[in-house]
Amino acid sequence: MIELLHSLLDATLMPLVPESMHRITYLTFETVFKITLILTPLLLAVAYITFAERKIIGYIQCRIGPNRVGPRGWLQPIADALKLIFKEIIIPTGANRNLFIIAPVLSLAPSLAAWAVIPFNDHLVLADINAGLLYILALTSLSVYGIIIAGWASNSKYAFLGAMRSAAQIVAYEIAMGFALVGVLIASGSLNMGEIVAAQEGWLVHWFWLPLLPLCVIYFISGVAETNRAPFDVAEGESEIVAGFHVDYSGMAFSVFFMAEYANMIMIAALTSILFFGGWLSPFPEMIPILGEPGLFWLLVKISFFLFLFLWFRATFPRYRYDQIMRLGWKIFIPITIVWLIVAAVFVLIGLPPWFD
Amino acid sequence: MESDRVIVVPRCLLRIINKKMFELIVFYIFAALLLTSAVMVITMRNPVHAALSLILAFFSSAAIWLLLEAEFLAIVLVLVYVGAVMVLFLFVIMMLDINLAKIREGFIRFLPVGFLVALVMVIVMGSIVGSGIIEPLLEERVYYGPGFSNTQHLGQTLYTDYLYPFEIAGAILLVAIIAAISLTMRARRDTKAQDPNRQVAVKRSDRVRLVSMKTEDR
Repeated sequence: MIELLHSLLDATLMPLVPESMHRITYLTFETVFKITLILTPLLLAVAYITFAERKIIGYIQCRIGPNRVGPRGWLQPIADALKLIFKEIIIPTGANRNLFIIAPVLSLAPSLAAWAVIPFNDHLVLADINAGLLYILALTSLSVYGIIIAGWASNSKYAFLGAMRSAAQIVAYEIAMGFALVGVLIASGSLNMGEIVAAQEGWLVHWFWLPLLPLCVIYFISGVAETNRAPFDVAEGESEIVAGFHVDYSGMAFSVFFMAEYANMIMIAALTSILFFGGWLSPFPEMIPILGEPGLFWLLVKISFFLFLFLWFRATFPRYRYDQIMRLGWKIFIPITIVWLIVAAVFVLIGLPPWFD
Repeated sequence: MESDRVIVVPRCLLRIINKKMFELIVFYIFAALLLTSAVMVITMRNPVHAALSLILAFFSSAAIWLLLEAEFLAIVLVLVYVGAVMVLFLFVIMMLDINLAKIREGFIRFLPVGFLVALVMVIVMGSIVGSGIIEPLLEERVYYGPGFSNTQHLGQTLYTDYLYPFEIAGAILLVAIIAAISLTMRARRDTKAQDPNRQVAVKRSDRVRLVSMKTEDR
């Protein structure tokens, strides 16, 4: 595909570009092409997760879910998108205009940018950087700005309360999340995402979820909290503060927040599968033909499974009370992660088989 | 005659054309962004806007660190300052009911002091730059290339050559954390906080009393 792009460039643009700029032109177009290859399926997936969510939660609650638009409701997300595009974006009179418009962008951009370092198999990655894990941690911590700025710029008490709740919650859970990632770092000895997967070489029992089980569970729960999904969705809290930080948003501005939330969900699901569940490695031993082979397919299966967990949680658990969220984050998760970091370090030091020998 | 023609081209332009052109362009963009946002931090009237400008300043300096192949420092700057410290800053600033008129009064009153501090900083920095310590460092600078891991290098130095200073710094920070918590945490008697341990440990016999009594006649 890259060769096709090169020949296309040679035929059209390259004669116009001076000799010294050739390398950088190739590089720019290649990168933009790769970004498109990653983002297009991602945004399609975002659209269809909303559909999956309504269907799955529907069946969990003994309903059918959306089934009117298109065959069995399959065109529902497209109808929703069209509706949102044609709606007016209302900017409240008292709102801070610039920040009000920039807030949805600030919440979507980090969740898309983080995909730059996600490896899809052992050579398919946009930017294979040394500090991949740190980069992800830094970018996931940025997504809170969209919510805080939206809540403040709306100049509405409900939105502001939602923003404050979200800020406190994300700061609390980010620490536990960071410590869980430090555990992965100790176990794999690398910050590079590809090398982390390589360190889990083998099948189901060789992956990090077993030696790092408490960290794995805490990471996923913190991820649910970080994306403001039920049961940690006090930032929206329909029954208390209407819709929280996006109560004043309409049309596309609202839907960008919506997309950011689902893109973040996919991100957390992908990270959990890469860091703790062996990424593209197969859950079966290598002896078994076909099923034992690693590949993109396995990564997608794992991501889908964790996304299903997100929806399952939402249909099952009632919303946490605010003080209970704080207690869980600060008093339970952080101590557990610190203790398990020491345990993991001991595991690595004694070279516990089959993971660290 | 030919040497004259070389002088016609401005020196900085020649350097740009020579090599590292892209790096220089990126540097000047982010340096300009850094200076603009730093000025905006003190000139913005709205404190929230000022805090947001400070975030932009952190970002630009992180980008400049990336140019120096110090990716660990760059990403940690974003992670710690932008991701955590500034979130709490914004949290507090947004919650405060700030009287803007009063702040503007102070701006004029403290301006001479501010200028004095700025002057001292300029003199100090100027004396360092002018003393000729920096030029040899620039000459020595090694480009490590794409395979170099700044994180690993930093960790190696920190945990071998500078182990004791590093551990002492860590101990001081730990003391500071504990001190801050113990100063702010006062056990208040009047709060109605629930104790989850007792809530979980509750038994049916604590809450419900089954009474057997015979049915009453009408």
